[in-house]
Amino acid sequence: MLLAEINLENLMRWAFVVPLIMACSFLFHLLFSKKLQKRFGEKAVSAVGVFAIGVCFVLSLAIGVGWIQRVNSPPTGAAFTAAEEACKAPYGEAGAEGHGTETGGATEGHGGETKTEAPGASTEGHGGETKPEAPAAGHEGAAGIAPGESASAALLTQAEGEGHTSEAPAGGETKTEAKTEAPAAGGEGHGAEGAAAEGEGHGAEGEHHEVAPVCSSVTWFEIGGMKFEAGTVVDGLSAMMLVTVTLISLLVHIYSIEYLHGDVRFTHYYAFLSLFSASMLFYVLSSNTLQMLTGWELVGVCSFALIGHWWEEKKNTDAALKAFLTNRVGDTGLIIGVIITFFAAGAKSFNVFHINEYALSNGADKGLLFLGALCLFFGVTSKSGQFPLHTWLPDAMAGPTPVSALIHAATMVVAGVYLVARMFPTFFVGMQIGVGGNWAPVGNYVAIIGATTALIGAGLAFVQYDLKKVLAYSTVSQLGYMILGLGVGAWTGAIFHLFTHAMFKACLFLGAGSCSHAAHHTFDMREMGGLKKYMPITQKTFLACTFALSGLPLMSGFWSKDEILAGAAQGQGGKPYMVMLVIGLVVGGMTASYMTRAYRMTFLDDYRGHGHPHESPKVMTVPLMILTVLAFFATFLNIPKLLLGGETSSLAKSFGVRFEHYVQPTFIFPGEELLKPAPFNVIVAGLSMAAALGGYLIMRQYMTAGIAKGAAAKPGIARGIYSFLENKYYLDALYENVIRDGVKGPIARASYWVNMNIIDGMVNAVGVSARKVGEVTYKYVDQGGIDGLVNGTGAVSNEGGQLLRRVFATGKVQQYGAWLFGGAVVFAALIVLFVK
Amino acid sequence: MLANQFLLLGAVLFCIGVYGVLARRNGVAVLMSIELILNSVNINFLAFNAMWARNGSPAHISGAVFALFVITVAAAEVGVGLALVLMLYRTRKSIDVDKIDALKG
Amino acid sequence: MLAVDTPQYLPENIFFGIIAFIMVVSALRVVTTRNVVHAALWLILVLAGVAGNFILLGNEFVAVTQVLVYIGAIVVLFLFGVMLTRAPIGADAHLDNDQRPLALVVALPLLALMGYVLWDAWKDTKITEAGPPIVASTSVLSDSIFKTYLIPFEAASVLLLAALIGAIVLARRD
Repeated sequence: MLLAEINLENLMRWAFVVPLIMACSFLFHLLFSKKLQKRFGEKAVSAVGVFAIGVCFVLSLAIGVGWIQRVNSPPTGAAFTAAEEACKAPYGEAGAEGHGTETGGATEGHGGETKTEAPGASTEGHGGETKPEAPAAGHEGAAGIAPGESASAALLTQAEGEGHTSEAPAGGETKTEAKTEAPAAGGEGHGAEGAAAEGEGHGAEGEHHEVAPVCSSVTWFEIGGMKFEAGTVVDGLSAMMLVTVTLISLLVHIYSIEYLHGDVRFTHYYAFLSLFSASMLFYVLSSNTLQMLTGWELVGVCSFALIGHWWEEKKNTDAALKAFLTNRVGDTGLIIGVIITFFAAGAKSFNVFHINEYALSNGADKGLLFLGALCLFFGVTSKSGQFPLHTWLPDAMAGPTPVSALIHAATMVVAGVYLVARMFPTFFVGMQIGVGGNWAPVGNYVAIIGATTALIGAGLAFVQYDLKKVLAYSTVSQLGYMILGLGVGAWTGAIFHLFTHAMFKACLFLGAGSCSHAAHHTFDMREMGGLKKYMPITQKTFLACTFALSGLPLMSGFWSKDEILAGAAQGQGGKPYMVMLVIGLVVGGMTASYMTRAYRMTFLDDYRGHGHPHESPKVMTVPLMILTVLAFFATFLNIPKLLLGGETSSLAKSFGVRFEHYVQPTFIFPGEELLKPAPFNVIVAGLSMAAALGGYLIMRQYMTAGIAKGAAAKPGIARGIYSFLENKYYLDALYENVIRDGVKGPIARASYWVNMNIIDGMVNAVGVSARKVGEVTYKYVDQGGIDGLVNGTGAVSNEGGQLLRRVFATGKVQQYGAWLFGGAVVFAALIVLFVK
Repeated sequence: MLANQFLLLGAVLFCIGVYGVLARRNGVAVLMSIELILNSVNINFLAFNAMWARNGSPAHISGAVFALFVITVAAAEVGVGLALVLMLYRTRKSIDVDKIDALKG
Repeated sequence: MLAVDTPQYLPENIFFGIIAFIMVVSALRVVTTRNVVHAALWLILVLAGVAGNFILLGNEFVAVTQVLVYIGAIVVLFLFGVMLTRAPIGADAHLDNDQRPLALVVALPLLALMGYVLWDAWKDTKITEAGPPIVASTSVLSDSIFKTYLIPFEAASVLLLAALIGAIVLARRD
């Protein structure tokens, strides 16, 4: 047992090998795959990829097990301090080097050595240091090996409550005793501990201790005496992400063997799958925002390359470009956010724990944090397909279906959700999530955007005829759900939803791919229909996952969705997020409804396409089955205690809310009084079930009545709504026609003017943009029917712009240069004269 | 030796260079003026380097290193600049900077 | 200005005066001459003067590099440029454009401003106090380049490579 523990501990510290393996796989594909394919065929190429990701999956599982062990027997005392320092230390002026190695050594010793070390002088010194930093009572109890009497008393009572270790009160011995015992006792011991703590009156404390993540880092670069670290963090969140990513990636690797069979760029495809997995794993493991930014951009590049995998068609390259550019827009915000948070937290380190700790500290600058969180969220908005920037995601379906499943449903698009979850304290404080309330529009941007996205995505899913597009909009909607969950403070709910959604949505996508594989590579549901007869396995798995997505009880989607809704109902600061709750319920109903539509159109009735559909081979159906099984069994990861016979029943202790227990961080996280996961809420659950059922029934009625056959037959209002939805709320039109064409000119001009004549450029740019605004106004508002005044303004601005243009925009570079230098001289003179 | 005698010399060269960049019509001549500017900067670098060496150890030699970098960058700049001029000449049969006014608003 | 300096440096100061005078005159000729080839030749004088200044400042290595790279390579490159573009070798009335006044208006205030600021900032600060002039050894320089400034050095080499490729791509005939 001890040996295993040590190994896992080391493995967690060496977690970087997981992305490294995938990176090696990428390099291998890049260098040797072509030859390999020539000599041994496609199978060999895919075998390399599958093998690599398989190894990663096993390692990730081991890391997950290691983390579970760690939560069961959290490092205390010196080991905790060491781990804590390893996670937060990385800001180094001089001397950080020795510090780092010391920490490393100390942490490494954790497995076996702390026992013999016991509460030596070193522990005391450390304990004194960290004590004021640690907010949770549980930690204090743990660190209580240090002299404090009350601490040892707490330890004593805890041990008593535990019942196992009555020989406890021997000072330093207690800790070690409890520690070695815990893994054996497993969940049970833990439940008892929690109960004891609650009995003691630490109601809010619950059963959590502060469990320090496993961090390791190396110096990345040094600038101006400041050291920047690159490192890995393994905690519940990243371990969960590791397992999810490697699992889905593994299945997609397997599935692609058949799906991409005979593709011209088979090796290219596998190379990019490997690179994507590597970057995503790198991203979820990274310990600082700079590193996250790197991973973030890398997955973006892979997404670009894979969407445009079949670049012979213009449509696909357009989609790839759109995805890339839309993401660039958001990334700009992300970069600014990273910079702001870096400076907000004292310009010492990019380390996430450092930033989060700052956010939670009393002296934190709320305004700056809001700004930082807002900018970071801008990045989230693009990457996770949130409301104003979600338009790229449905287009991204131009890529191969397994890619859509892996990147645009299960993993990459949740990078944004992961970012919010990882930096949750920053968002929690910056966005004032903790304030709660029904209408706190300023306070909670995150929840509002999430809710809007959920609604919009669900609405759009109704009018798609492309099966993949339905799923894509559904993904948008569900991502909105996750963000909504984080926005209302239902951290565990949101992350659990991320997990379950990855399973069933990947399955749905792969199922859609399977249908298309059978039905002559079309995704148009009007050309499908009746596939139930031909492809029973695909149909069954698809149906099961549809249930999960719709939130049918007992399927995983139900629990995760319900936890978010319960969180919204519980709210923050005593005030429920009622609006979010209502939107959540409505979206739940809509989800059931559009999924019913998709399912019925695809699998029921008669086959409307050409040719003879057939079931896909095993290589494709087995991943579907695995995912379906997982989508079902994910249920058991977070069953509310209430359903298992209440808080105290033995069943609840061993099986209840495991996910919450292991994944929700306790280390540098808003206190548990603030972020207590909502208990199961029967009313909300009932309502959400009713909503889902209602959605299903309405759609069924609608479809059997046969009015779904086309928009033309619809009466006035319905038709209006339909075309509004079909045109995607005219968002694309807004971006392309109004914003892009309107802005392209002025921005290009403006930057050129500012470059060329700094002083007059200001006046000038105003003139030009005024002219442009005038033009746009003319085009869109005036044409739309408003006249006179607006028209006049436009014309006046136009004239002004023209005048300025004639004087300054001569096109002579040297004249611009003269303005540049002249402006510089004037500015410098002003500085010399007035800034003494 | 005064620091200012070098610095002022640098300033004079710089301004002459600026004048040349703004007033010359021939592309090659503009590039030459840019060289003047770069050299004036180098003089400053070395002057400050010498001052620094006075106060600290002679190991403080960053100024000289940067002058070397400037020379390197200047070489690259001339290479690319002349290639541009050459291409300009090929496409327009003239290297008059005046005639490149495609940026006209 | 010279009066306030240590007498020990009188020879250096005299040399400086001569070099500076030559440099300023040549620089003015570079930007005013009507013949591009002459401009390049005047530029040689300026660059040589800069090298002379480097020697006065006690840094032979940079001075030698200046001569090698600037006079040996860059000026030759300029002459090639003149030749290849078939710019009129003789005098050319159109060497200047019509915004000389504007350029003067910019350059002269710039000079005044810089002169004022420099004098204000440094007054009569001396570069070297009495005592032997400090001569930077080349080994110190090389140590610095290959230790402290290794990354900028590598970056510079990449830049040169990029410039090389860029120049080839641009100047290629196809």
